[in-house]
Amino acid sequence: MSDLFLYALRLGDDALISAQRTGEWIAAAPQLEEDVALGNIALDQLGQARSLLQYAGSLDGRTEDDLAYFRDEREFLNVQLCELPNGDFGFAMARLLYFATYQHLLYDELRSCADETLAGVAGKAVKEVAYHVDHATQWVLRLGDGTEESHRRMQAGLDALWPYTAELFESDALVQRLEVAVDPSTLHDAWSDRVLAVIDESTCERPSSSYQHSGGRSGRHTEHMGYLLAELQHVARSHPGATW
Amino acid sequence: MVTDEAIFEAVGEVADPEVPVLTIADLGVLRGVRREGDEVVVTITPTYSGCPAMDLIRHEVELTLQSLHVHGRVETVLSPAWTTDWMTDAGKTKLTEYGIAPPSSTGPVLLQLSVRCPLCGSPNTSELSRFGSTSCKSLWRCNSCREPFDHFKAI
Repeated sequence: MSDLFLYALRLGDDALISAQRTGEWIAAAPQLEEDVALGNIALDQLGQARSLLQYAGSLDGRTEDDLAYFRDEREFLNVQLCELPNGDFGFAMARLLYFATYQHLLYDELRSCADETLAGVAGKAVKEVAYHVDHATQWVLRLGDGTEESHRRMQAGLDALWPYTAELFESDALVQRLEVAVDPSTLHDAWSDRVLAVIDESTCERPSSSYQHSGGRSGRHTEHMGYLLAELQHVARSHPGATW
Repeated sequence: MVTDEAIFEAVGEVADPEVPVLTIADLGVLRGVRREGDEVVVTITPTYSGCPAMDLIRHEVELTLQSLHVHGRVETVLSPAWTTDWMTDAGKTKLTEYGIAPPSSTGPVLLQLSVRCPLCGSPNTSELSRFGSTSCKSLWRCNSCREPFDHFKAI
């Protein structure tokens, strides 16, 4: 498997697994407009995942569906942050803030890379993700600087997910070898500045956990990933070859 | 032989299934028509990565090519990324008449310009949600006539 295939797969898996979790909010969000908003955000993420998995598949003789539905847990390369189960709404907005800010910085760099397809996907996605960042920011400010209860929950979400953020910025031999890849470690400072500015303004405390989870990029996932895939892949695997 | 211009004009009439008042030429989704040997290649670009209308648009373009007896295929390109700046003025007028506030320019604006209500024309409106009934729209309310309306987001 080529470096480029694995790199496209990493980015595609992040987007696909995020889309699955974000989509679970539809009909469960605190208000109707939020169902619509999170549905739209999930759709953007799914669109990005499709473009990236189609590209990865084209390098490896597989289709986007082969990659989404017929790989097992250990073959998925997404970060663990994306796969954690949805907690409450504060948790969801903390995750969206962390993840969308990362994606925005990443796609912004990637759109000027030498690989035409990756640059094209990134150029498209960066505009969409800007809206995701904005949406998460508005909610983190509103909940953090809201009632005592909303502040407590926002803080809890920010704290619970912080130990999963370092994985986004892990550098390894693959991203260093592959010329068109963005080394995510170069994005960390800008990410930190942006995210911490939002947290400060929300009146929440900066999370301080030093322990950081890792493993998603090499296929090691949390115990929740298998259940997520069971739901995602169930229909395609029960009815192989079915079309609709 | 059908000219490239005639093909562009004909496939440009394909309507967007989600905003049927607009054609793909109005939207700027139709990017071009070119020849590769004896094959005509029509390029289209999605408004959003996950736009569910793309499959249907591709199919409608293929049907139009068949009706012109033109041998061709449809190619989806992502780059350069679609922007609402590509929407034609005719398209923006049609949107307003249809009850959707058209996108403003994505260029630099010094002040937050208000979105005019497409129903009564009042500038006294407020945003209810940044996300609306489709990826490309946000949800607004007119404070004058009290009607809710969609706004085509500028991206």
